[in-house]
Amino acid sequence: MRVALVYERLREEESQILRAMERLGVEGALLHLPSNHYRLEARASEADVALIRTMSHTNSVASSEILSNRGLKCVNSPEVIRVCGDKLLTSLKLISSGIPTPKTAVAFSPEGVLRAAKEIGFPVVVKPVNGSWGRLVSLARDEEELRSIIEHREAIGSPYYRIHYIQEYIEKPDRDIRAYGTDKEFITAIYRISNHWITNTARGARVEPVRATEDLRDLVLRTCEALGGGFLGIDIVEDRERGLMVLEANAVTEFKNAARATGVDIAGELVRYAVSGCS
Amino acid sequence: MEARCPVCGSTLEVPDDAIPGELIDCNSCGALLEVFNDNGAISLREAGGVLEDWGE
Repeated sequence: MRVALVYERLREEESQILRAMERLGVEGALLHLPSNHYRLEARASEADVALIRTMSHTNSVASSEILSNRGLKCVNSPEVIRVCGDKLLTSLKLISSGIPTPKTAVAFSPEGVLRAAKEIGFPVVVKPVNGSWGRLVSLARDEEELRSIIEHREAIGSPYYRIHYIQEYIEKPDRDIRAYGTDKEFITAIYRISNHWITNTARGARVEPVRATEDLRDLVLRTCEALGGGFLGIDIVEDRERGLMVLEANAVTEFKNAARATGVDIAGELVRYAVSGCS
Repeated sequence: MEARCPVCGSTLEVPDDAIPGELIDCNSCGALLEVFNDNGAISLREAGGVLEDWGE
């Protein structure tokens, strides 16, 4: 059993994964994505499993596709990375699986998005379908603010920013939940606490461990299953009336803050998950 | 081992156990550099900034 760690930069998470592999007696190989080239005809590989840990979402999908095609078990699979990297695809999967999620609409014109926002009700959150770290996520409290946000997005030029993905704003209690798990196992969860409505730790949110309820554990498993399996970091908000609701999931998830706050060896859990079912 | 800073051209000492993808600072010009393995030869290249699709 040999695990290839596919990466671009060796961040704290990747260093933790390397140490976990050593601790668990898993033979590891480093695959620095930019240092190599990849013949698409190749079928043989020096590894059995690939842990996809690239920072670029585009490169995550591409490397997972290439290595899956060579017969490696990729964690996560290209399908799961693709779905989790696209908020539109994620929402469609969540909704079709009955996972609670805020009311969401997509429109392809400024007129359409204004109609959708009135239907959902202000305030609404406008998100890039393929964004990360909370970048370019905007809150529109009224029609005037929404018009301004949409005008800026239309001016960016990229077709992705002309897919206007808007979501009901959830009045959450100054925090959200980041949970880790698979379709078989809940691993751990943290609160991300911030006075700002965007609670990404990449944006400076404070972190505290969550004492997980059965509802949270069950929601994590069902969300992972709905999104195609894999080892995911799931963002969840607490609505005062409707309870837990899933916003999105991350297929190349960051975990250093959660590991620090909870004491859970998330890197080790990821390695164990990657080699499970492989002999 | 020694490698050349691609920004200022000065010579840097790269640790023997440096791993491709690791970041080091040029202590001459301060540029952030990435260790790169070019077909078996360790070299340095300027580390790019955060790209649009980076992150989770």
